[in-house]
Amino acid sequence: AFFWLVSLLLASLIWFVSVRLSDREDAKLQYGLLIFGAAVSVLLQEAFRFAYFKLLKKADEGLATISEDGRSPISLRQMAYVSGLSFGIISGVFSVINVLADSIGPGIVGIHGDSPYYFITSAFLTMALVLLHTFWGVIFFDACERRRYWCLGLVVASHLLTSGLTFLNPWYEASLVPIFIITLCTGLWAFFTAGGSFRNILKCLSC
Amino acid sequence: MITFMNNSDSEEEPCNERTSLMSAESPPVPSYQDGLQASEAGEVQAHRKRRTGRSRSPNNIADGDMSDSGVPVRESALENEEEELTLKYGAKHVIMLFVPVTLCMIVVVATIKSVRFYTEKNGQLIYTPFSEDTPSVGQRLLNSVLNTIIMISVIVVMTVFLVLLYKYRCYKFIHGWLILSSLMLLFLFTYIYLGEVLKTYNVAMDYPTLFLVIWNFGAVGMICIHWKGPLQLQQAYLIMISALMALVFIKYLPEWSAWVILGAISIYDLMAVLCPKGPLRMLVETAQERNEPIFPALIYSSAMMWTVGMAKPDTAARGPSQQMWDAAEDGREDHRSPSHTDSQMSETRSPVPTRPITSFEELEEEERGVKLGLGDFIFYSVLVGKAAATASGDWNTTLACFVAILIGLCLTLLLLAVFKKALPALPISITFGLVFYFSTDNLVRPFMDTLASHQLYI
Repeated sequence: AFFWLVSLLLASLIWFVSVRLSDREDAKLQYGLLIFGAAVSVLLQEAFRFAYFKLLKKADEGLATISEDGRSPISLRQMAYVSGLSFGIISGVFSVINVLADSIGPGIVGIHGDSPYYFITSAFLTMALVLLHTFWGVIFFDACERRRYWCLGLVVASHLLTSGLTFLNPWYEASLVPIFIITLCTGLWAFFTAGGSFRNILKCLSC
Repeated sequence: MITFMNNSDSEEEPCNERTSLMSAESPPVPSYQDGLQASEAGEVQAHRKRRTGRSRSPNNIADGDMSDSGVPVRESALENEEEELTLKYGAKHVIMLFVPVTLCMIVVVATIKSVRFYTEKNGQLIYTPFSEDTPSVGQRLLNSVLNTIIMISVIVVMTVFLVLLYKYRCYKFIHGWLILSSLMLLFLFTYIYLGEVLKTYNVAMDYPTLFLVIWNFGAVGMICIHWKGPLQLQQAYLIMISALMALVFIKYLPEWSAWVILGAISIYDLMAVLCPKGPLRMLVETAQERNEPIFPALIYSSAMMWTVGMAKPDTAARGPSQQMWDAAEDGREDHRSPSHTDSQMSETRSPVPTRPITSFEELEEEERGVKLGLGDFIFYSVLVGKAAATASGDWNTTLACFVAILIGLCLTLLLLAVFKKALPALPISITFGLVFYFSTDNLVRPFMDTLASHQLYI
């Protein structure tokens, strides 16, 4: 979570500077800058995920050397899951907590012409995002571990794609549905990456 | 300062105690008091003498405590085991400290967000006499710096006073001071807090019920903290007290002064604990020379301490973690709380069983714990509470500060494991917290707001 926050900080620093340096009045330019800022932020998040992976790897080695049987008590998979989850949680919380706080107060949703489904779609999007971060974390760490760099590229691309799809809000059919499809696919991919298989599921369900 | 509690051995390395986070000097000064946290921390450590230079695993996990060095012969044999244990316990200790710090912060933030009283400006403490209502920025800055200087000097004077008292063995005075402080804190501040909460929610309560509730709360608190009581109850009381103190600070410190004070306190903490002539360090050394347990202090301990039947009665339990200021001194406002509760005698609570030394190892496992000074709790909560109160109503800032403080705590514990001496708990966390506060408030907030208004996600 800390790493995600630092990446967010840097991204917003870049965006802020760019806004300051640009023309305030031009709405299109501002929107373009926003897109730019969002893209930069996505790239920075992935960069920090990689940095976190490196840090955990070092820690893992250290843990392994001092433990009795030469293996560390936490497997890399567990670390991947935890790191993805924490990225997801902090990202989701940052996206949604102000919306939640406002939703308590008196008001009418969408009175100025925006969509009245703002809150519920925000909730679904946040949920999808949290899950996605978790899955990306698992796939990312596994890809780094096995040096499958095309997997890495795919993760970054799907993150960019998801973020880009949210730009299509409030055309919710075009943004929510694909995002959920991406979530499902990424989930399955992460499941298979982590070693699951149909047999495991059957075993789990039967006993 | 952070110190680990190792009861098991009297010879534990000082680090154990030091490691427990104890804000050595951050006094939880409500308005005029400052407890001597540091001294307590010092005491705890005092008893630990490092047996041998055991190398700690340089890993990131803070060790629980390498305690026990009981027999040199067994050391090498036990070393591996201990390292393992240390790591495992180290991670547990980090969690054990996260929970109370988080709880304290939650209480403070919840109160700030709901009870209007604590964000209204109703005057200032006597320790910050310069007002910040001046029109020019330079004047305001100057006033806040002057306020900080006054506050820090009061803290330093108090700490030195306490160290002198300890050096000249005026224990009764110290005990009385601590008891008086905790009395005021438990009764007066709780009364005010309860009153404000009831006002906010428009709940009527008659005086007899109020009297009963506060009497019970206060009396049980005094017993729990200064004498014996269940561990969790004691921990809960300490958290409540830290939260109350932090709320008083948030209310009565003017804005810029509060930030400058936070920065200055962490620098002072760093110096007082690490410099050879620092008051806290002197306290620790004195206690070490005398082989005495430090008088009960405000320290949060995460585990029960059992004093093993060893030569030194140290029970690291104590350790003045905070500085306490004398409530009696101040007389200006009625909300001054005499520094935090005194000592945790709770530590002494663990009855002192005289166990044979053979069961040393078992003892170790049960007793490991980490101690954190209450001043640390208070200043962390002040930072997060101020962020909640003044960050334009933004929850992101509060959360960012919270994460920053916890990460700082983790890093400090890590350093503790590496250095094995008493460490100040404030500097790293407060630095991170301040950096994140200012940057999130000014940089991240507009970015996230703009994103949210278009419902974009990153």
